[in-house]
Amino acid sequence: MPSRYRLRLIPVALAFWGCAGPFPQSTLHPRSDFARAIDQLFTGIFWWALGVFVIVETILLISVIRFRHREGKPAPKPTHGHTVMEIAWTLAPAVILVFIAVPTVRTIFATARDAPADALKVEVIGHQWWWEYRYPDLGIVTANEMRLPVGKPVQVSITSADVIHSFWVPALGGKRDATPGRISRIAFRADSVGDYSGQCAEFCGESHANMRFRVLVESDSGFAAWVQRERGGPAPQAKGSLAEQGRQLFARSACIACHVVEGVSKGVLGPSLTHVGGRTTIAAGLFPNDSAHFARWIADAPSLKPGARMARMAPPLTEADVAALVAYLRSLQ
Amino acid sequence: MSGTHEARGLRSWLLTTDHKRIGLLYFWTAFAFFLVGGLEALVIRLQLAQPEGRLVSAETFNQLFTMHGTTMVFLALMPLSASFFNYIVPLQIGARDVAFPRLNAFSYWVFLLGGLLMNASWFVGPLFDAGMLSVAPNAGWFGYANLTERQFSPGPNIDFWVLGLQILGISSLAAGFNFIVTILNLRAPGMKMMRLPTFTWMTLVTQFLIITAFPVITVALVFLMFDRFFGTQFYVHQAGATPILWQHLFWLFGHPEVYILILPAMGIVSEVLPTFSRKPLFGYTVVVYSGVLIGFMGWGVWSHHMFAVGLGPIADAVFSATTMLIAVPTGVKIFNWIATLWGGDIRGTTALHFAVGFIAMFIIGGLSGVSHASPPADLQQTDTYYVVAHIHYVLFGGTIFGLFAGMYYWWPKMTGRRLGERLGKAHFWLTFIGMNVAFFPMHLSGLLGMPRRIYTYGPDLGPGIAQLNLVSTVGALLVAVATLVFVWNMWRPRRHGEAAGNDPWGGATLEWSIPSPPPVYNFSVIPTVESRLPRWKTEHHAAMRDPPAAPPAPIHVPGGSVWPLVTALGLPVLALAPLAHALWLAFLGAAILLIGIYRWAFEPFEV
Repeated sequence: MPSRYRLRLIPVALAFWGCAGPFPQSTLHPRSDFARAIDQLFTGIFWWALGVFVIVETILLISVIRFRHREGKPAPKPTHGHTVMEIAWTLAPAVILVFIAVPTVRTIFATARDAPADALKVEVIGHQWWWEYRYPDLGIVTANEMRLPVGKPVQVSITSADVIHSFWVPALGGKRDATPGRISRIAFRADSVGDYSGQCAEFCGESHANMRFRVLVESDSGFAAWVQRERGGPAPQAKGSLAEQGRQLFARSACIACHVVEGVSKGVLGPSLTHVGGRTTIAAGLFPNDSAHFARWIADAPSLKPGARMARMAPPLTEADVAALVAYLRSLQ
Repeated sequence: MSGTHEARGLRSWLLTTDHKRIGLLYFWTAFAFFLVGGLEALVIRLQLAQPEGRLVSAETFNQLFTMHGTTMVFLALMPLSASFFNYIVPLQIGARDVAFPRLNAFSYWVFLLGGLLMNASWFVGPLFDAGMLSVAPNAGWFGYANLTERQFSPGPNIDFWVLGLQILGISSLAAGFNFIVTILNLRAPGMKMMRLPTFTWMTLVTQFLIITAFPVITVALVFLMFDRFFGTQFYVHQAGATPILWQHLFWLFGHPEVYILILPAMGIVSEVLPTFSRKPLFGYTVVVYSGVLIGFMGWGVWSHHMFAVGLGPIADAVFSATTMLIAVPTGVKIFNWIATLWGGDIRGTTALHFAVGFIAMFIIGGLSGVSHASPPADLQQTDTYYVVAHIHYVLFGGTIFGLFAGMYYWWPKMTGRRLGERLGKAHFWLTFIGMNVAFFPMHLSGLLGMPRRIYTYGPDLGPGIAQLNLVSTVGALLVAVATLVFVWNMWRPRRHGEAAGNDPWGGATLEWSIPSPPPVYNFSVIPTVESRLPRWKTEHHAAMRDPPAAPPAPIHVPGGSVWPLVTALGLPVLALAPLAHALWLAFLGAAILLIGIYRWAFEPFEV
């Protein structure tokens, strides 16, 4: 009896699965060797599970329908057990599990390998509630938006500056915790150019939900151009422009205590702003990088991201000040 | 529920040491907490019904999901099971009470006070200048260090959690030892171990898990308490420690805890299916041994909660293998239940509906569990809604369905009146449909990228995610309606319910041989047991004769005692000392404890 509702749900479920609809954070649309290996393994497990589900639920359904009480039915035979059947249904799941365990162990070891020595190295550091990325071989430090070249092996080392976070970009592979005092590693090779969503997956405090990020996988030339920009100093501001006023304001403000802009400030608690204007989003993937959102963020970050370490400015910034700061920061391409 | 005991009035309940009254106290308290935990879940679902929900703040949401998990595990499901341990186990083994009746009362009062202390945190924010009404725990039911350290959680929230859980642990431990001694020592003549009813067997396994698992979480909590209050650094990585220690300790407790939650429900199902199929449990010994085996194997799988930590391929492979192995005895139980139904004369009572629903839902939870047992797959699924779906198929579709089956099955025994069957069926189908509408879509939202424990999500997660969340919320509301139907069903038979008699179902076990509700002494004459199904005629045994209605000789029943309650009161007072930073409260709490234990120990045996 109970199963028929769920049996109806399965086609619905499959419709969702097959649907390519925009699911930017889906685990079912792998775009790297790591993610594809997992997807293949999970697909195998799914079909085994579906088979077991259909068979066992069907037998259950048959037994409750076929043996339901009817008037005048003789008392059932008091069977106590059956040794051969017990052995059979002990072995059956064990055998099925072998078919799941073998590819599982293979995939564990295949995906645990480090990338080759010449792989692009990226260090990920989780913070409440944003992500810091360092490219030690390229001398780049950035935040919340990771850029990677397509088709190249990448070695990611993951740690945390405060509590435990978890680095997760479903399209590019499984998640890995960012644990303070410990470095964990994953390696993969992204196989398609694209803009992939990621999100912190380990509860890390008040704004855990707002600790999002992106990985932009780019063509070789696109990636090289980005590296070029990032390695250069901050963009200059035209004399007398609003952005230039913003720079002066920034250099005198509390901002410099936490944020670095090369040649202007040296704070290290918050994300580097040297090239913040070149990112597509702000506030750890929460908002598009446009003037309106940037202005709201600078004026009162905690109202947009509860608990944010970036306090509301006291005394509040004037609208003109905010506009100047936005112009300055957005000019830092 | 009333009429269990000759004595009446509040005082008689405060002093009672009767396992049946304590069972009822457990039931009503745990059911109240179940409703509280359910309300918390409803608010969570309403917040997530659409992207960027604004019903509650981030902080409140984090408190809600923390307290939902903590409440359901420690204050609802475990004590609902405990209400059946209390009420039913002594009756099933033919005993007059548990081995240590006053310790039993102590367990209940400690549970009640611990639960109240933990939930008091919802209302006492102003006392701590918190700036909001509530300072409820807010770091998840798993409370991962180092987020729970004072540096990152400076408020009293985590203090309530640490102290409340330690108090609840004392309750569970005391009850665990009590039931082990009861089941091993107070069996009626002829009730050999392999004649124990399956529910009693699973209770016994559960108690061994409790007395071995709770010390582990107690150690973890004491470390955390010392870190928070006394400046130790058990989980502080800057001092050379690692927060991963917490994860090992927590899950070393946490996984056996899963079996603590599910084994009693499996025991209930193993009672309900034979009664309503008119057939003995198929493969009794196999079901019992697989339960024992699950109890042992449950200790070797904890790191499957930690695959994302990156413990290395060897550890991942080993814990994956042990986890998959535990699916074997679990599968064996399911096949034996189905074989019990097969060839039976199945009467579709509400209890049977819930028992069959248990099997049907638990299969789904078990199968999704296999996909987490595979570490690479788990790396995509853990901490997403896929896992939320999994645990709810196991703990709602499993444990709660099993507990509902037990409620419909034993309610007549506990109250003397049956629950309404029509309302019962409505309750079952609404619950069954509601839970599937609520939890099935979570498999999909999880696989499609929705992390768990997020108070908000953006529309950029995909319109499909928003639709799936809306469906889940509708399902949660259906479950809420179903629960209201159940409450009405419990309320109604107080006047209209059909009288149960000794044995409304034709049960095979000893509890059905005595009146409903049973007299305070339970059995007028302690029965002698000659078979596994003493009240059924089998090939080798005639059905036993029920004990006479009136005892042939007067039976002495010990009166109540106030000292378990007094002793229990000492514990929350002790816990208030660090919360209030008041040393005198610590001395007061210790004094209450000592006086309580002293008077308890020297209480005259005959009252």
